[in-house]
Amino acid sequence: MLDVLTGFVSELRQAGLLISPTESLDAAEALHHVRLEDREALKYALGATLVKSSSHWRAFETAFEVYFSIRGPQFDIEATEPGVPGGEQPTRDGNGSGRGAGGGEALSEEALAEMLYRALLSANDAQVAALARQAVSRYAGMEAGRPVGGTYYLYRTLRSLELDRLLERMVAAVRSQVPEGHLTGLEERLARDELASRLNRLRKEIEDEIRRRLVADRGVEALARSLRKPLPEDIDFMHATHDELVALRRAVQPLARKLAVRLARKRRHGRKGPLDFRSTLRHSLSTGGVPVDPKFRYPRPAKPEIFVIADDSGSVAAFARFTLHLVYAISSQFSKVRSFVFVDGIDEVTRFFERADDVEEAVYRISTEANVLWVDGHSDYGHAMSVFWERWGEEVTSRTSVLLLGDARNNYHASQAWVLSEIRRRARHLYWLNPEPRSYWGSGDSVIGEYAPHCDGVFECRNLRQLEQFVGQLAS
Amino acid sequence: MAEESRPPGSLGFPDPGPARFASVPDVRERLAETGYLADEGTAGVVYLADRLAKPVLVEGPAGTGKTELAKAVAWATSSRLIRLQCYEGLDESKALYEWNYKKQLLRIQAQRVVDDDGHGDGASSATRWHDIEDDIFSEEFLLARPLLEAIRASEPVVLLVDEVDRLELETEALLLEILSEYQVSIPELGTVRAQRVPLVFLTSNNTRELSEALKRRCLYLHLDYPTLEREREIIKTRVPAITGELADQVARIVRSLRTLELKKYPSVSETLDWARTLVVLGIESVDAEQAKATLHVLLKYRSDLERAAKELSAEGSPTGAGSASV
Repeated sequence: MLDVLTGFVSELRQAGLLISPTESLDAAEALHHVRLEDREALKYALGATLVKSSSHWRAFETAFEVYFSIRGPQFDIEATEPGVPGGEQPTRDGNGSGRGAGGGEALSEEALAEMLYRALLSANDAQVAALARQAVSRYAGMEAGRPVGGTYYLYRTLRSLELDRLLERMVAAVRSQVPEGHLTGLEERLARDELASRLNRLRKEIEDEIRRRLVADRGVEALARSLRKPLPEDIDFMHATHDELVALRRAVQPLARKLAVRLARKRRHGRKGPLDFRSTLRHSLSTGGVPVDPKFRYPRPAKPEIFVIADDSGSVAAFARFTLHLVYAISSQFSKVRSFVFVDGIDEVTRFFERADDVEEAVYRISTEANVLWVDGHSDYGHAMSVFWERWGEEVTSRTSVLLLGDARNNYHASQAWVLSEIRRRARHLYWLNPEPRSYWGSGDSVIGEYAPHCDGVFECRNLRQLEQFVGQLAS
Repeated sequence: MAEESRPPGSLGFPDPGPARFASVPDVRERLAETGYLADEGTAGVVYLADRLAKPVLVEGPAGTGKTELAKAVAWATSSRLIRLQCYEGLDESKALYEWNYKKQLLRIQAQRVVDDDGHGDGASSATRWHDIEDDIFSEEFLLARPLLEAIRASEPVVLLVDEVDRLELETEALLLEILSEYQVSIPELGTVRAQRVPLVFLTSNNTRELSEALKRRCLYLHLDYPTLEREREIIKTRVPAITGELADQVARIVRSLRTLELKKYPSVSETLDWARTLVVLGIESVDAEQAKATLHVLLKYRSDLERAAKELSAEGSPTGAGSASV
């Protein structure tokens, strides 16, 4: 067990979690107090001692599933051999599907779909699990020894099962059960959510099954390595998958809140102001009138004004939106925030944020309503810059910090870098955040090299961690 | 309360003392008796906390029963609950202990009166000074604040440090000695050790990242929104007047709401408020109209209310997050 534990801990460290030796000692100690065959108990014992942040839970879960997947009593590897019907139940109940019952014979596709449908509809968890295993052996087409993480197998299995159609069919079945054959909107919605959550459970069963087989095939360490996913704060903006973007969106909100709290505190406690005579005197009462503990006023430092100018084209857009999101979430830390987005044309989008009380919605409206196209919809930094200077240049003052977001891939248009030097002359600061890795800068049509000399700083900003760091500095 | 010499525990693991709970199911049962329905993970962590003598850091969205858990554990183990509510600017004198200045001054004044009455004996003034010093820095003049109180208590206690994320980073350090060694060092008096390791719960709403040092000393428990089944049970337990059907409906509607993109999701306590509202209104079965009329109990933002009302009455359109997530 100790070997497994140390392997598990080092896997978690590889995945980016900080785990101190004390914590792994705690984990080992905790294992004395749980029954090792109880997988759930094992999971919370390890979770409580090793994982100290809820955003790391997913990484922990993945690693846990891999390391401890085939240890449950009900998962003897025998039953997962292809061709053998997954469990015992599907052959016995599951009304009218006696066809698939024959000894070593697999179910036909229709029978499998039909049984799955019935099992899901009647919420028979054990049977759903058994059928999930059947579906995997039937559809996933797993090949031994291939160094993959299983996403492809999952995709193949799910595609063959056609879950969307299954859902519609089940909703229709629920509908036909009510006397008038008509559900109110609310009832239909509740039924749909219930069925969808059952389908999610099925999906999880399938995932687990695939993982179990992969572990059996390739061993724990190898699989853990290919399954390792970055923590939300380390996801690269430019290459995030759809799921990762969702994870990012969820991570931004708490991050912004934390940042706002931290900055507000720093502002209050950063420096001490002049002596507060009245308060000092009041507090001296408890020491018999001797002012032992002088009190100071809080200083009221000036808040900076922020102009955000963001490239909203293609792959950079996600980055621009996260940055806007973050800046607006802490807008109480700035005296004024104005935002502009451009592709080849440029438009001010401050109005969206002012009207909507929901940042999420404002960001969404930018993509649908802002007028950012000029000619062909390919980034043209030069044109966007010069239009900005013409229309809003006057409003940049010595209290303004200007923030430029983009990869500076200019499609070989003129860079018009002079605009930046003009802006810098008027503004307090001019920063550029680039979501590309530093090593790509200046390659191909990237003209960041032409802009950089005119900026007070150019920063690589590829993930939330870097973004948070920068925004924190900006506001303090 | 002089320094109590005791051999150090086995390599950093303080002696947990006799077990408060027999097993994990025992934790669940006894918590359920108090009306707190813990899931497997929660009960397991409470059990481990007792066996490993470690504090528990409870994190999670607001209104999922973090504080309630500590109260339930206190009740179930028939311990006294000592609560330290954290806030910005909390300091040693409010959290740990404070010398009672006023009483000390009084004591010195009283001594002077005695001296003036009696015949001033110049030679022994130095020894008298020592007497006074020893006297005014004794326990009689010590005001125990929650943390010290929890350590000194002779009866079983549960210490709840509520909303620890409101403390400044520097003040967090105050907690460290208590959390790992279960002792408080008072320079004038020495070290006060706990006679019996208290169960400690820290709650956090996650408004900031707690320091590694603090996290390392704790077991971590993330309390999330409950599953459908558990929420239904919670509603039934806490709102006894409710019918089974209505409880089920409430739980299902709340689950649907939590799949929407809202600013603030309905918490368990808000769900209970809603269930109570429906019971008071004499509603047996909720339809979309009634739900809409009472949604403001569940949701506290106008934009959330609008979105929820729209989604709940949407006539059979699969816009829901449900089908999209499959």
